[in-house]
Amino acid sequence: MKQFLKRLRQDKVGLIGSIGVLLVIIVGFLAPVIAPYSPEQMFTEHTMEGPSGQFIFGTDEFGRDIFSRIVYGTQVSLKVGLIAVGVGATGGLIFGLLAGYFQGKTDQVIMRIMDVFFAFPDILLALTIVAVLGPSVTNTMIAIGIVFTPVFTRVVRGTVISVKENEYITNAVAIGVSPVKIISKHITPNIMAPFIVQITLGLSGAILTEAALSFLGLGVQPPDPSWGVMLNSSRAYMEFAPWTILFPAGAIVFTIFCFNLLGDSLRDILDPKLK
Amino acid sequence: MSTKQAMLKVSDLKKHFPQKSGILQRTKNVVRAVDGISFEINEEETFSLVGESGCGKSTTGRSILRLHEPTSGEILYNGTDIMNYSKREFRNLRRDLQMIFQDPYSSLNPRMTVRNLLLEPLLTHNICSKKEAEQRIIDIAEKVGLSKEQINRHPHEFSGGQRQRISIARALILNPKVVILDEAVSALDVSIQAQILNLLIELQQELKLTYLFISHDLNVVRHVSDRVGVMYLGQMMETAKTDELYSDPLHPYTKSLLSAIPSNHPSEKKERIILQGDVPDPSNPPSGCPFRLRCPKAHERCAIEKPVYQEVKENHWVACHLYDQSNLDITNESDYNFGEATKVLK
Repeated sequence: MKQFLKRLRQDKVGLIGSIGVLLVIIVGFLAPVIAPYSPEQMFTEHTMEGPSGQFIFGTDEFGRDIFSRIVYGTQVSLKVGLIAVGVGATGGLIFGLLAGYFQGKTDQVIMRIMDVFFAFPDILLALTIVAVLGPSVTNTMIAIGIVFTPVFTRVVRGTVISVKENEYITNAVAIGVSPVKIISKHITPNIMAPFIVQITLGLSGAILTEAALSFLGLGVQPPDPSWGVMLNSSRAYMEFAPWTILFPAGAIVFTIFCFNLLGDSLRDILDPKLK
Repeated sequence: MSTKQAMLKVSDLKKHFPQKSGILQRTKNVVRAVDGISFEINEEETFSLVGESGCGKSTTGRSILRLHEPTSGEILYNGTDIMNYSKREFRNLRRDLQMIFQDPYSSLNPRMTVRNLLLEPLLTHNICSKKEAEQRIIDIAEKVGLSKEQINRHPHEFSGGQRQRISIARALILNPKVVILDEAVSALDVSIQAQILNLLIELQQELKLTYLFISHDLNVVRHVSDRVGVMYLGQMMETAKTDELYSDPLHPYTKSLLSAIPSNHPSEKKERIILQGDVPDPSNPPSGCPFRLRCPKAHERCAIEKPVYQEVKENHWVACHLYDQSNLDITNESDYNFGEATKVLK
């Protein structure tokens, strides 16, 4: 762990990424402290105002403070990202362990089902699921979780198969350890590195998918603050009020960028071949 | 062989690996890794399996422990047939049958401490309470030459020889009866090899263990074993007491194998039998005797008929037509024109 932090500090890109991610998380947690106004408070005499001392990112068509809405939107993005990735990662871990450990028919069945999910573009699949379940934050999280399950399953399965080749697994079988214990004590701890990398990268994907779904009107519903919702509502005014679209878009770009930087650098750091 | 009941008796053990290909997973051909071998190991004895790489020695060991499911055959442990045991029954039996692996670097989980590595077998078989377990771990660690302080470390903090000591401790903490040593010292330096071998011999006497020792190193085998079996292409070629096998090998393959041991002194001249060709593909073995294509003494019969593995002297078993009891007249080599026969076969 100590070594891990040291390596992260040496890796400049990873350091920038982790500082950015940390910043996003702090903003999310301290949203009520940081945001000067409530995200839904309307200043009717200040609609569509550009950035000023009172409203640093300007206001939207209802006179709501864009900065406050972005800060609160961070909460939504993080919540959706974490829970959706949690769903996908848990599902992927279970299916991947089963497929990788037992192989044969179990593997065939699981992986062919995952292939079906893989065949659809992410956003289309998520749209379909949300359309079936009905648009809401919870359903968005479930949909993104389902969309992400196949990616995690593949990552976990591949790693399990390679870890299984190690002689310490055969050794555990020879000792008489049961399959459940072999999976939980010998395989799972040894597949964590690629799994964690995938979680980091999955978080940025989930945040982006949430924004896209909300933009299309199937995710978070207005007036709740979400970066996607903000993009959607400001679409019509972007020519004469560019601040309404620039700042939410900037928030999305910044967050995704930081998560991806962190994910890439984690991949390098946790790669056992580099140690 | 002996009147005493064998600890482990393997009869006609076969392990075939089907090679499948295509969408329909049709079996293309079968690799006969182990093709009908039989041997017995008596209590507190060390029986060695030697042979070139790929001859099926390790597969034999792993099939006995069901790390590969054997294709057919019979395995008697202490007189009971363990081939038809269910997975669960066999898991309980593993307490008595343990294995030590070749590579001490990959056979220990890198994320577990020595304590946990040694605790796991005890917990798996519900042998004792956690308190007693602690004492047993310290005892076994001392026995294999690890100190108390080293118990809390991870495998990567140890050298190869020390790691192999951990592996030995992990296998022996269950008080097994039979231990299969699969190239247990092959990955170690020569000086460390000697230490580990001596440790294994000491532990065998102290804990009354029965060893199946799998190795390709003829010097090591000579040092540790009571009896030796020579394998070639999945089949047993010759079995005899160690001294007898090394002083009076009968099978042409054993002779050539022993002639490959370097001599102890540079001026000492040894006759070397250098074999022609390569080991045949085990998925497509030659007809008759598996060794006939490389055997300097092959004759017509070898291509037609598979030699019977039989006892030609007391406790000395050979599978070779040259020693066929019903055909003793041709064992006098000078009477037989081997050169021509070999030519005919080629």
